[in-house]
Amino acid sequence: MKESNIALMEVCGTHTMAIARSGIKKLLPEFIRLISGPGCPVCVTSQSDIDKAVNLAGRKDVIMATFGDMMRVPGTFSSLANMKRNGADVQVVYSCLDALKIACSNPQKKIVFMGVGFETTSPTVAQTILEAKKRKIKNFFLLSNFKLIFPALRAICSMPDIKVDGFICPGHVSVITGADPYEKFAKTFKKACVITGFDDVDILKGIKRLVLMIKDGKYGVEIEYKRAVSKKGNPKAREILSSVFEETDSFWRGIGNIKGSGLHLRKEFESFDAEKEFNVKVPKPVFKKGCICGDVLCGKKTPEECALFGKACTPQNPIGPCMVSSEGSCAAYYKYGE
Amino acid sequence: MDKRITLAHGNGGRRMHELVEYFRGKFSNNMLNELADAAEISVKKGKIAFSTDSYVVKPLFFPGGDIGKLAVCGTVNDVSMKGARPLYLSLAFIIEEGFEFSLLEKIAQSIRNTALACSVKIVTGDIKVVEKGAADKIYINTAGIGVIEKNISVGTRARIGDYIIINGGIAEHGMAILNAREKLSFKSGIKSDCAHLNFIVQKCMKASRSISVMRDLTRGGLATALSEIAQASNLGIEICESDIPIKPRVKNFCNVLGFDPLYVANEGKFICFVAKKDIPRLKRAMSIESAVIGNVTKRHKRKVYLKTRVGSSRILPVLEEDQLPRIC
Repeated sequence: MKESNIALMEVCGTHTMAIARSGIKKLLPEFIRLISGPGCPVCVTSQSDIDKAVNLAGRKDVIMATFGDMMRVPGTFSSLANMKRNGADVQVVYSCLDALKIACSNPQKKIVFMGVGFETTSPTVAQTILEAKKRKIKNFFLLSNFKLIFPALRAICSMPDIKVDGFICPGHVSVITGADPYEKFAKTFKKACVITGFDDVDILKGIKRLVLMIKDGKYGVEIEYKRAVSKKGNPKAREILSSVFEETDSFWRGIGNIKGSGLHLRKEFESFDAEKEFNVKVPKPVFKKGCICGDVLCGKKTPEECALFGKACTPQNPIGPCMVSSEGSCAAYYKYGE
Repeated sequence: MDKRITLAHGNGGRRMHELVEYFRGKFSNNMLNELADAAEISVKKGKIAFSTDSYVVKPLFFPGGDIGKLAVCGTVNDVSMKGARPLYLSLAFIIEEGFEFSLLEKIAQSIRNTALACSVKIVTGDIKVVEKGAADKIYINTAGIGVIEKNISVGTRARIGDYIIINGGIAEHGMAILNAREKLSFKSGIKSDCAHLNFIVQKCMKASRSISVMRDLTRGGLATALSEIAQASNLGIEICESDIPIKPRVKNFCNVLGFDPLYVANEGKFICFVAKKDIPRLKRAMSIESAVIGNVTKRHKRKVYLKTRVGSSRILPVLEEDQLPRIC
């Protein structure tokens, strides 16, 4: 392999931000190119899923509970932050269990938790649903937009115009999934994968291992984050997850529909399903013209290639999700660009 | 005294008179006791420093402080940053109807204790009570006056070659407040650094005559203060990530929530820009925890650069939006 063409994709948004924050790109030789992937849950949540949350937040009988970074994501007409400014009851929580507490202390209201995230987040939400069922809590609902990382990785590798030699794999997701599932993925697509942590040194060591693997023509998965990640991961968390959720097709902002890439509640838990409880219908989303977040999310383009970047689209006035999320590629480029 | 504050406590009648008397007793001094419309203050010839700030912190009581302590320290520190010796404060309350008197007592006691500790006198004040829902419990405004001794000139512009010293670990106030406000139920053990800096500043003024800028690091944190100074001075600033003091527990808590500690508020930290020769003396005056974190350069004018731990560098931008806890 020529030294001029090693392209590595950091899958996770936390990696994107850590790379920007520590200035790692400047330190790398020119032949290594880092591209950002689809692993920021805020960025890949589809516009109509945001519209649904906005719609629910606007109901008088609803308290919307959400992770902080979903607040400012623009839907077609509004954002949760906007709804809150206009009087809707939207509360930022750090954990789904906090949303359950809100439900218990507001029995006259319906509490909807905006469920967004990957395998790191969803098991704790599954546990909360089990808890809600056990305690027979009737006013707690989940708007499930959870996503799975492997279907997205496979989708990206199947795109003809994308060239990635190796993946910097997400440390926290891998704590749950373990390294084993990467093995099959790496073999199928002949890719080098290294799971690494979020410290600057973790990332540098991960990149080094990837470059060595690629130079040797090796594919497979290596763990550079052994203090947290094992081959088998956390089977207990996965068991809880699959007892509550099952796979479903899911729409990714920028990428489109990916088969089996989302999670929805199993039949026996459907009384907690906000979609069923409220039967929310939102109009077909209108996409902002000129926004290339989709291409940015699958690493086809860099934020700087977008005509809106830094001009019409800034963190104060974000147009696309990659600018609004604190861990989005555009936000990272804007914040730490020169 | 009634158990709760009512609109009658602000209507000029008997109840208000009782409340005014209560505060007068609490903060008693010759100037306040006159209860005139304005306090009369004698000052020596020369310059005075004058500053005001409003305090709307939520929750009112937090690990390491409360709104009363904050209202005194905040203004005392602002006045001190001009190299002045703060002497007098005004104190004004906006109280929401229904506020518990016992909490007001706690806040008043805290104001009294802090003012005593800072050696400042509360010489004038005001109380307004607003209808339920028109304010969130209680707001406090203080204004402060301090005297600037002869030959002291601390400005807003840094000089090329200045070094930057900070008096201790960053981000403690903001993270303590966040944990208390959002009821995140982390047993973080982080306390606000809320403290008055006037005596430390006096020591600094004695230790060095070469301080060009002093700035307390409140909202927006260290990064925002540095950006403002770089712009005001029309010069560049370079700081080194690994030299910036931060307690491990504060750093870890920031990490968990996805907060950048450089932008998190402080209430007892300040930076001094000073000539190289005075660094050792100034460090001794500031604190045992003080550290040199960077310097002023001709390069990259009006911008702040951070040398990262792994030897790269990047710009330290101005904060765009409030930081929010992240998903994972």
